[in-house]
Amino acid sequence: MTFEVFMQQLANGISIGSLYALLAIGYTMVYGILRLINFAHGDIFMMSAYFMVFGMVTFGLPWYVSAAIVIVAAVALGVLIEKAAYKSLRDAPRMSIMISAIGVSFLLENLATYLFTGVPKGFPDIDILTRAISFGNVSLSVATLVTPVVTIILLFVVLFITNKTKIGMAMRAVSKDFETARLMGININRVISTTFVIGSALAAVGAILWGSKYPSVIPLMGVMPGLKCFIAAVLGGIGNTTGAVLGGFILGMSEIMLVSFLPSLTGYRDAIAFIILIIVLIVKPTGLLGEKVTDKV
Amino acid sequence: MKRLLSLFLCLIMVISLFTGCTKKEETSGDAAGSSDVIKIGVFEPLTGENGGGGLQELDGIKYANKMYPEVLGKKIELVIVDNKSDKGEATTAVTRLIEKDKVVAIIGSYGSGVSIAAGDIIKNAKIPAMGASCTNPMVTQGNEFYFRACFLDPFQGRVMANYALQQGAKTAAVIMQNGDDYSVGLGNFFIDAFKELTGDEKSIVDVSEFQVNDTDFNAILTNIKAKNPDVIFAPSSATTAPLIIKQARALGIECPIMGGDTWENPAVIDVAGDDAEGIVLSTFFDENDPATEEAKTFVTGYKAELAGKEPIIPAVAALGYDAYLLVRNAIERAGSTDGVAIRNAIAATKDFEGVTGVINFTEEGDADKNIAVIKTVKDGQFVYIDTVEVK
Amino acid sequence: MMKIEKKENNLLKNAVLILIFAAIIVLLDLDIIGDNYVRRVLNLAAIYAIVSVSMNLVNGFTGLFSLGQAGFMAIGAYTVAVFTVPVEARKAIFYIVPQSPLVANIELPFFVALILGGLLAALVAILIGMPVLRLKSDYLAIATLGFSEIIRIVFTNMKTITNGALGIKSIPQMPTMWVFFGAMIISVILIVLLINSSYGRAFKAIREDDIAAEAMGINLFKHKVLSFAIGAFFAGIGGGLLASLLGTVDPKQFYFTMTYNFLLIIVLGGMGSISGTVIASFVVTVGLEVLRFFDDSLVLFGYEVPIFRAGFRMVIFSILLMILVLFFRNGLMGQKELSWKMVGDFFNGKKSPKNNRKGGAA
Repeated sequence: MTFEVFMQQLANGISIGSLYALLAIGYTMVYGILRLINFAHGDIFMMSAYFMVFGMVTFGLPWYVSAAIVIVAAVALGVLIEKAAYKSLRDAPRMSIMISAIGVSFLLENLATYLFTGVPKGFPDIDILTRAISFGNVSLSVATLVTPVVTIILLFVVLFITNKTKIGMAMRAVSKDFETARLMGININRVISTTFVIGSALAAVGAILWGSKYPSVIPLMGVMPGLKCFIAAVLGGIGNTTGAVLGGFILGMSEIMLVSFLPSLTGYRDAIAFIILIIVLIVKPTGLLGEKVTDKV
Repeated sequence: MKRLLSLFLCLIMVISLFTGCTKKEETSGDAAGSSDVIKIGVFEPLTGENGGGGLQELDGIKYANKMYPEVLGKKIELVIVDNKSDKGEATTAVTRLIEKDKVVAIIGSYGSGVSIAAGDIIKNAKIPAMGASCTNPMVTQGNEFYFRACFLDPFQGRVMANYALQQGAKTAAVIMQNGDDYSVGLGNFFIDAFKELTGDEKSIVDVSEFQVNDTDFNAILTNIKAKNPDVIFAPSSATTAPLIIKQARALGIECPIMGGDTWENPAVIDVAGDDAEGIVLSTFFDENDPATEEAKTFVTGYKAELAGKEPIIPAVAALGYDAYLLVRNAIERAGSTDGVAIRNAIAATKDFEGVTGVINFTEEGDADKNIAVIKTVKDGQFVYIDTVEVK
Repeated sequence: MMKIEKKENNLLKNAVLILIFAAIIVLLDLDIIGDNYVRRVLNLAAIYAIVSVSMNLVNGFTGLFSLGQAGFMAIGAYTVAVFTVPVEARKAIFYIVPQSPLVANIELPFFVALILGGLLAALVAILIGMPVLRLKSDYLAIATLGFSEIIRIVFTNMKTITNGALGIKSIPQMPTMWVFFGAMIISVILIVLLINSSYGRAFKAIREDDIAAEAMGINLFKHKVLSFAIGAFFAGIGGGLLASLLGTVDPKQFYFTMTYNFLLIIVLGGMGSISGTVIASFVVTVGLEVLRFFDDSLVLFGYEVPIFRAGFRMVIFSILLMILVLFFRNGLMGQKELSWKMVGDFFNGKKSPKNNRKGGAA
């Protein structure tokens, strides 16, 4: 393997890793607060991609206007899902909420198949993102370079919100102890809604960047990325935003490196995420940066 | 009350399953002889991975039904089921067509995998089936009730290998989708043909497989780029093709990228945009070069029918049209709706003038075709390059 | 005296009911009523019942949220596929990569392969279970789901044995419905016996409170692994039967979303109710087929109703699932079993005593 090929693969890995990271933040925040694997997160991502297609192709809006609308629409969808499918189950057993999450995800996928058919839709070209630039023999699209930068910026924004603002403090309180936070007068519903707002907005940004790189929009596009990003969140330590980003990068990098160093094992690419998950769960269930959670009797 | 209602609903469900069939049973006594419609089943993927191609093929079949709505003085009714591009679903769908809807023949399906999966059921039920665009050899192999109107993958692979060689390619890389009979079959036939034609075992520099629903091909393509092949052959579905093409170009891979008949789908150009320029593919039919009289009327008529919905007539629509006509023609000659009689009539088809050429069937039940059309993409349109004949 | 009479009466009712069901199956089987399509749907429902009941054993009775059923089914299905396809037909199936000589010439009778498939699934479950069963609720769910995907991906890549993603076709079909219904009846009886044994009581204790159960001297680990392995065994059997019913297997069928079907069934039937699960299996499988008319275009008074088109069925199906999860969390039966008293109450409009326990397992 030449140096150039290695650099190219490195860029590929960072690029896919930062996309995973964007989605993983949403998973980790919702899990941190509700202790719920939000299976619908990947489908909010998918819907955002469709919204973008409609905004730019059907209505012919410029990309920045569409992007803004898409983020708003994704946020609305995320909050709606929370209100409709999770809120009424807040005191139900955990298994029920998880089944509800699976149900919502299933519904969104089927709805998308029905409304938009299974025929792939082309993600509109955002000129400034899809342009290719090359450094010597290493060739990259602008999106590849922009994605990690956007991810890191958004990570800092999220960290700022959770650490420096009042609502962020409330979020941390709720994720530490749901009941006590409620007794302390924190408006739980508002905190949870905010979490979904942030998570969905990140999913929408992720969808726009993802679409620029992999411009085929289909109803099931969110399933695998969704699962993998949850795994990235577990790897980084669930509930920890920085951990989620780190997990995303590690996952993306390991996938790409498997394909580049062991081409004969390409078929096992999707298995890597799950193998990592199981190793983490067995060796260090709290993940790389997670805190220890004790179960109360 | 709520409980009673739910119980009632469950009961209705179960009963309707049974009555649905008993009602049909009465008419099926003498194989639709007494009823005034003849049912032909259409089994296509309308949703799922191959939904796009399935819908195109279905449109062709529907159009044929519109043009030739009757046979033996009876109306032909199309019974359409969706196999969701899924093998398990395909077997249920075909069973349903045969048993519940009592169709006399079946047309379909786009995608060889589902056709192969349904093959045994069709064979056991002795209902003839006509594949329109399923090109994998396994579809008709050892199945005397399955026919098809298109050419086969070994042929197609050879055509593409030939063409690549003509263009001066000495090395090739192949990308295929693990899990897709069509893709793996065609890919392997291309590899065999290319090695044989170049006489060089090392002429295939890289073979990569990807999984269903994969979207990121950067790693595979980077590996390929390092080996610098003269051409990339990537038979894949219309969903995946544009992703491969776009990512290859973004990585700075400049060699020609070639694919099979599935690529002749507007979705490919739509999604890949400018990067689709210059891709090469083989297909069954070209509207600018109608082979028969039937083809001329079809092109004018179907163009009007499409009315701007799609810029060109998809080859699979033409094949769907031919498949319908072949079945209708056979029913007419058989003079009955008995499955075996129709099957024998199809096998005896002689010099049938279809849209995609003159059709005869081989022993295996494959259309005896030795012509393929090679197309490329230019200015956002599929453009005819060449017609290739391979013995 | 009264009580005994009542019991005999119920026994009689049970006998009559069983005879009616047996008669229906016999009639179907002899092709007197119904057709292959009906038989196929009912066989599928029977298979779903086996897998769902086994999943309920793990999820509903032992309280382990496992989503690995699809993977265990894949093991059973592939065992049957690899070992029962006639040797002479294999060359045509493995046309790209020839089958490994290890298995190429081994042909087993169907039932041997079926049991072997179940045992292999159980063995894999034990190996998986040892590390992951220490995990709690949703972590366990995602880990089992992960394993089910790994199993599928391994099958996709073991081309010399499983023919990779191309799948295996020409799996011999079973001539009679009794294979499927017999397997269902035996599986359900075995699981019911297990649940009513001391093991079953231990399972339920673990479900209600594992820490308390451990304090009572129940070996948590042993019982969890046991329940998990038995669940996997029956899932493997279900998978083997499915392979034979469909006549073809390929890894894509065992995508993790398949497990959601069984999840729906046990939620509908009631977590912790065997009879509910069996009924739900039939309602869901038959219901999915009946709902098919939503996929066909509907013409009313010469006007084509636009919402009826391909894909609508699955939308309806998923909306029903959501309604069920949100408003009828206890499903049809909650944790109760079907009894004549319940049926009587049902028709007399009496409300059965409210089940006060938390629905399902926590």
